[in-house]
Amino acid sequence: MQSTANVFPSNARRALADERLQSVLGMVDGFNGKRARAVDRLPEFEMLRDQARDIKNHTLQHLDHYLERFETRVTEAGGQVHWCRTAEEARQAVLGICRAVGATTVTKGKSMVTEEIALNRFLEQNGLVPVETDLGEYIIQLRQEAPSHIIAPAVHLSARDVEQTFRSHHGDLPDDRPLTEARDLVNEARTMLRQRFLEADVGITGANFLIAETGSTVIVTNEGNGDLTQVLPRVHVVVASLEKVVPTLEDATTILRLLARSATGQEFSTYTTFSTGPRRAGDADGPEAFHVVLLDNGRSALLGTELQEVLRCIRCGACMNHCPIYSNLGGHAYGWVYPGPIGAVLTPALLGVAEAHHLPNASTFCGRCESVCPMRIPLPRLMRHFRERAFRERLPPAQARWALRAWAWVTRRPRLYRLATGVAIGALGWLGRRRGRFRRFPMAGGWTAYRDLPAPQGETFMARWHRERGHDRRA
Amino acid sequence: MTDRMGSATDAPKVGLFVTCLVDLFRPSVGFAAVRLLEAAGCRVEVPTVQTCCGQPAYNSGDRPDAVAIARNVIGAFETFDHVVVPSGSCAGMIKEHYPRLLADDADWAPRANHVARRCHELVSFLVDVRGWRPTRTRYDGRVTYHDSCSGLRELGIKAQPRYLLGDIDGVVLTEMADTEVCCGFGGTFCIKYPDISNRMVGDKVRAITTTGADTLLAGDLGCLLNLAGRLKRDGSPIRVRHVAEVLAGTCDDAPPIGEATNQPSGRP
Ligand code: SF4
Repeated sequence: MQSTANVFPSNARRALADERLQSVLGMVDGFNGKRARAVDRLPEFEMLRDQARDIKNHTLQHLDHYLERFETRVTEAGGQVHWCRTAEEARQAVLGICRAVGATTVTKGKSMVTEEIALNRFLEQNGLVPVETDLGEYIIQLRQEAPSHIIAPAVHLSARDVEQTFRSHHGDLPDDRPLTEARDLVNEARTMLRQRFLEADVGITGANFLIAETGSTVIVTNEGNGDLTQVLPRVHVVVASLEKVVPTLEDATTILRLLARSATGQEFSTYTTFSTGPRRAGDADGPEAFHVVLLDNGRSALLGTELQEVLRCIRCGACMNHCPIYSNLGGHAYGWVYPGPIGAVLTPALLGVAEAHHLPNASTFCGRCESVCPMRIPLPRLMRHFRERAFRERLPPAQARWALRAWAWVTRRPRLYRLATGVAIGALGWLGRRRGRFRRFPMAGGWTAYRDLPAPQGETFMARWHRERGHDRRA
Repeated sequence: MTDRMGSATDAPKVGLFVTCLVDLFRPSVGFAAVRLLEAAGCRVEVPTVQTCCGQPAYNSGDRPDAVAIARNVIGAFETFDHVVVPSGSCAGMIKEHYPRLLADDADWAPRANHVARRCHELVSFLVDVRGWRPTRTRYDGRVTYHDSCSGLRELGIKAQPRYLLGDIDGVVLTEMADTEVCCGFGGTFCIKYPDISNRMVGDKVRAITTTGADTLLAGDLGCLLNLAGRLKRDGSPIRVRHVAEVLAGTCDDAPPIGEATNQPSGRP
């Protein structure tokens, strides 16, 4: 997917001015109340967070070992693992699998990694027809949009937007057919998709977990489309990034107890599906072939660095649901696949800080993301890491950098600071004495565009303290 | 107010870190803090070499300047029994972030840890360390309290200000919706991304106004300047103050934030 993260400020302005978008942005808030209640109902939630963090830390420390074991188990079960260093290698691997079976139609379960490698467009360019089967993904595929949320890809659309999308894309849809209720919309999509499920030669899904112990892949959905995607076609391809691996089934179930609760406030998602290899003799159903396309795409470079912690992410979306920036902008403003706080770390980590330095800077460090992240990822700390890199590489505007350095130069010299601030504050206090605030203020246009600037009281604390209590002053 | 230990020689020696915003914009908060600390039986000193805790540099990614400023602060405060700060955000900087900034410096890491261990946000210090409670202090108002993000999430300050406000005669506390959501100040954030910051402060001001409160209190001057600035721009009569002014009973000393006169209605 082509990134526009480097023009985040203008993306953000556009999002704020988009009235249609603004009218639907509150929708993820519903998840938060449900999450809070689900957490309250589970006394061991905080303990599970520690366990989950430890499981992933251990796995990441021995990632090579667990990935190799995973491959061994997949192979034993009759499947095949394709190791892909880059997005291009992963695309080619998928295309190769499709070509080998002469596929034309490919159904897809929801997968952020396939968004990351822009798989759909690539398959289309190569004459295949990828069909998204997750309702939200299906809608945005019709609209040729990117997901705006990692678990609710069409959350930027209202039911009315969806109705219009269906009416303009589903050719034979009678005008008098009601499409206002959510159920009508689901039924309409289901009718269209049923045929595609049966036509598809290859089904592609992502994975929430890869289990080293058994060679299984796990997906979690609420629609059941993932099951049909992987069971009906002849070939099942799992595209997953390498940090999805966990050692054992038990580890996966520990983390699963956190995933749905953190994401939607459900205790468990409606469907949790484990797949191990292709259909065996005597199995009632299942694909004839099973492939895992294992993607690195820059992740292994994070191992052993401070940024390794971001690889614990289970893509639950809690950080963005609780982010005041995300909830005012929606996901598209972030300019790449992963929005919200996780995007503010993952995008510079994978695309480079020159491309994405705005994202980690556009945060108040309010810390709410970290406080809800089930995997205890210190998101603000990792954003700070990129701020420091951006500053070192002189990416913020020169004017801002010099203003900061000048401020710091004075601030490091208390006597000079006292002198300078004493004079300035005296003047400001005098100017603001009538109204107690300023409506406009030179060089503070960003502030006074929307707020008054409260006037200083006129004497600094230090000056007044010295005046009143000079006798017990200590240098 | 009680004067528990008065000038007893065993009274703990507290260094007040005033914070740059209080120093420059609202010294009355610093004086309220001194009064509270003295009432809680502390000897208060104000080292004059303090300027700012360094967050503007630290949060902008300018680590070298942040380190230099941190060393200044540590050097100025390491001889005190306690370092007290009338701001959750600056206390969080000293307590949580100085040790991290200086972790790799063999000389400075122990000094940073030493100061960090002794550092407290004002209100939590009064409650948790000194066990102080206000007596015979009055403020007539329907109050709503804004939790600053650093205070709330870095330092776990939520109950303490409410507990003390419960002892102030005349205060009726009404909680706003979404108390744990940021007000959009974020230091340099509000200058770098003014449009987004404006939306956030707009959301917050709506939550404040909906409570019907006539007074907004908080423990961080950054949030307060932001919120008062927006409330006053909107023509709101809500009085905005640092919680220390109410707890110390010193509201008569200065008009509410962003106002020129001290009328009870707060209307300009
Ligand atoms: S960073 Fe944490 S909260 Fe955000 S999506 Fe990942 S696991 Fe969930």
